[in-house]
Amino acid sequence: MKPALFSYAAPRSLDEALVLLAEHADDAQILAGGQSLAPMLNLRLAAPDWLIDVNRVPGLDVIEETAEGLRVGAMTRQNALLDHVADAPDWSLLAQAIPHVAHRGIRNRGTIGGSVALADPAAEAPACAIALDAVIRLASVRGEREVPASDFFLGLYETAREPDEMIVAVFYPRPAPGWLFGFDEVARRRGDYALAGLCAGMRVEEAFVRDARLVFFAVGDRPTRARVAEDALIGRNVADIAARAAACAAARAGIEVMPGGDCGVEYKRRLVGVLLERQLARFEAMGGDRDG
Amino acid sequence: MTVDFAQEARVRIETRVNGRTIRAEVPARLSLVEWLRDELGLTGSHVGCEHGVCGACTIVVDGSCLRGCLMFAAQADGCDVETIEGAVASGRLAALQEAFYRHAALQCGFCTSGMLLTAAELLARERNPGRQRIREELSGNYCRCTGYQSIVDAVEVAARAQQEENGS
Repeated sequence: MKPALFSYAAPRSLDEALVLLAEHADDAQILAGGQSLAPMLNLRLAAPDWLIDVNRVPGLDVIEETAEGLRVGAMTRQNALLDHVADAPDWSLLAQAIPHVAHRGIRNRGTIGGSVALADPAAEAPACAIALDAVIRLASVRGEREVPASDFFLGLYETAREPDEMIVAVFYPRPAPGWLFGFDEVARRRGDYALAGLCAGMRVEEAFVRDARLVFFAVGDRPTRARVAEDALIGRNVADIAARAAACAAARAGIEVMPGGDCGVEYKRRLVGVLLERQLARFEAMGGDRDG
Repeated sequence: MTVDFAQEARVRIETRVNGRTIRAEVPARLSLVEWLRDELGLTGSHVGCEHGVCGACTIVVDGSCLRGCLMFAAQADGCDVETIEGAVASGRLAALQEAFYRHAALQCGFCTSGMLLTAAELLARERNPGRQRIREELSGNYCRCTGYQSIVDAVEVAARAQQEENGS
């Protein structure tokens, strides 16, 4: 046994879980899929007094799809979501991104809510949430509230979640017509943490860019939108090479790179430009006006 | 700092392991793979890195492969657990085992149980995975003898045999 001693509770209802969480807020960790927490416990990077295992709370792993969007219960396993979205054009970003989340055995157990809650800067789920303009639903004994993904990630492993709150669902609004999505990352090996990655969304009408969300991850201390690069593209034709080059230069220059990790700051910065350049070419192929 | 082991939280579980119902009381921080190996003597699942990287501890829980080092035994209460011993006895790995044997897809054998279970899940889900897909799917299982080439060969052959058997 590698973890330090902890007290263990496996609540059978959400209310029970929230009461336990309120009671032990500062000394407890919620155990969701455990695919990051268990390694941290084994390495003793985490040594909480309490482990509140929410795997037995019913109803938290439900996926509901409506005209408005996709509501994914926090305990939905990564692979369960992948199976749901595999052939759904509206959720192509998730379908492209999830296969890059570690390995099958880890995706079978790891959860969407857990990945969002942990806010690992190299994780795919937080970046997808921002690129899809998702809303994070949190619950505590004080009630429930929603936080837009764009306001949820505050820094390295730091989120807007209060210690007595837990994520109960992530809601992805259905993208309006015209939105295109692309995912790419550079990793040493399939399933490894990305050295740099991009979740990109772009609304294209008659080959012109109307809106864009370019979210880089594994670069800064949290997934980050490249706003200046987005602005350089909006209003331009998807085939406008000069605009694209300007956007790539802006993304490269503007992004904050967190030092440390597997490669140097300059290399990561270079990858940011490469990832965006490739993605913009793919967007042109997907949404370009063939007559234009 | 001394550890007061009287404080060790213990959890009662009832778990089906390879078709047998087992009732036990386990320390909350005992991993599933440690319980299977040390308490039940099912030593076919191996303990490698103990932080989810190497895949040697791969176990099937409720029909899905997962890391036996990243799940606590306490969490297996009510679950259906299948280890390499159970999977082999069921015969469902026979074609893969044969292919591994023919292609010398194991050297020291430490990774083999995890490789077989992971490959079996791939073959159950995909009819015709090519070498690229096989490599992607096995990327979470380390072979420290570095015998990947023959492992991919074996899985590819088993995939093809499965396809022919299904008449497609």
